Amino acid sequence: MSARLLPAEFADLEPYARTWCLPTEPERWERRLASTMDEMHGFYDACFPRAEAAIVYLDGVELAAMPDDATRLLEMLCSLALVSYVVEVWQQSLPIDTGSARIDRISEPRP
Amino acid sequence: MSTFPRPPEGSWTAHYPQLGTGRVSFEDSVSPEFYELERDAIFRRAWLNVGRVNDLPRNGTYFTKELAAARTSLLVTRDMDGEIRAFHNVCRHRGNKLVWSGTPRQESCGAGRQFVCKYHGWRYGLDGGCTYVHQEDEFFGIDKALLGLAAVHCDVWAGFIFVNLAPTPAQTLREYLGPMVTPLEGFPFHLMTERYSFCAENASNWKVFIDAFQEYYHVPPLHTHQLGPAFRNPEATFEGAHYQLDGPHRMVSTSGTRKHTFPAEHLYPSELLMRSGNTGPWDAPDLGQHVAGVNPAGVAQWGIDNYQIFPNLEIIVYERGWYLSYRFWPTSRNTHVFEADLWFVPATTARERLAREYAAVTVKEYALQDAGTLDGTQMGLEARAFTDFPLNDQEILVRHFHKTVADWVREHQQALAAAR
Repeated sequence: MSARLLPAEFADLEPYARTWCLPTEPERWERRLASTMDEMHGFYDACFPRAEAAIVYLDGVELAAMPDDATRLLEMLCSLALVSYVVEVWQQSLPIDTGSARIDRISEPRP
Repeated sequence: MSTFPRPPEGSWTAHYPQLGTGRVSFEDSVSPEFYELERDAIFRRAWLNVGRVNDLPRNGTYFTKELAAARTSLLVTRDMDGEIRAFHNVCRHRGNKLVWSGTPRQESCGAGRQFVCKYHGWRYGLDGGCTYVHQEDEFFGIDKALLGLAAVHCDVWAGFIFVNLAPTPAQTLREYLGPMVTPLEGFPFHLMTERYSFCAENASNWKVFIDAFQEYYHVPPLHTHQLGPAFRNPEATFEGAHYQLDGPHRMVSTSGTRKHTFPAEHLYPSELLMRSGNTGPWDAPDLGQHVAGVNPAGVAQWGIDNYQIFPNLEIIVYERGWYLSYRFWPTSRNTHVFEADLWFVPATTARERLAREYAAVTVKEYALQDAGTLDGTQMGLEARAFTDFPLNDQEILVRHFHKTVADWVREHQQALAAAR
């Protein structure tokens, strides 16, 4: 098994790291569309209760100089933001009445 | 029945009697002939916002902008003296598109001291001057000094870069923006340098999409999910606190209970976690005691100002100290490119970053509902089952917009006829 991806304090979230630690919104969006509702509920149910602790942890790290494991934790929280709409709001992958519309995020701050 | 005072005439619409209160035709959004007219009458005569100074962060940077409606591509540069300039992105030699990467149909940006035409190697400086003609002595009496790029009128307001394709614009940019829009320059746009950008190709006329963002009458029925399940009410009403028109431009200010003060049970768990949502991050940056340029009517519990700057720029400034801009670029009578930029004071902590991320996620979620629905609006209009449509007082900006478009097209046709 390869080395841990997340800070040691968040070892319980490691099973979701490979899937949901994605650096850009286009990657996270594609992952959302490619995931089943069960997969997204599983991720949300594991990540949401740990999110406040993760934010507190990350606020102790300088945003402009984050180590890789902290950056991945932040990326996972960005995935949580995206998946929260599926779980909390729409109960489906896409917003209701999206039809064939598509809106691409073409730039964003990193990390 | 009104929450907010209306003008003495009884309605916002009646306050501007030139608008009338009759039904409105949307033939302007389906007719191929009308689209051809507005390409010249509007997109080659109005001041158009093509970017922000942030797109040209230092001397020697440039970007290209495709203006399909105006049948051209622009090259916008910041020269070595810091001056922002715009040119048709066309080589003086044989008309090749000068700057592109990947494909000529894609926009590009970068930095450098000169532009080299891929076709025959002619070179131009950032000021548009021709600096090199390959095999110059093979030509017949040419003078490089006379072979520069075709300049386009370009000016900057509040950090927004505008161009005007008219040979001689009828007004300067400031005159064009006028007394209603220009005071918005007091807003500290320059402090908001962290950007989230979006792009979409939508299957509707550009005006149909603008219409969805210049009335909030549609919000309770279409965006019911902006409140948690127990509090959704598709019969909820919307009322703008203040509407104002000036020349071709228009604006609305909203008022109401601020989202970040809602009881927790009205909110989604992630709104509470991220402290953010459809009105932006709840924890506003410190912009000082008084933020200038906002809430021109002084409405209580002010929420946003939504400025619709003719023809295709929308700027919304939020009470929580951020702003967004939308631009709508027609590509045919029933398609357009939609560009959205959200701008924030840069995050300094992960919590701030996440609040901005959640706001950016939220904007896209609800904009997808608008984009999906407007596909259907375009189809409905093209059916021509109806030829005129009733608009209410909350849709005054829609009414004003279509009248303005019609006025510009008619005035341009009259000017052409007079010149013949």
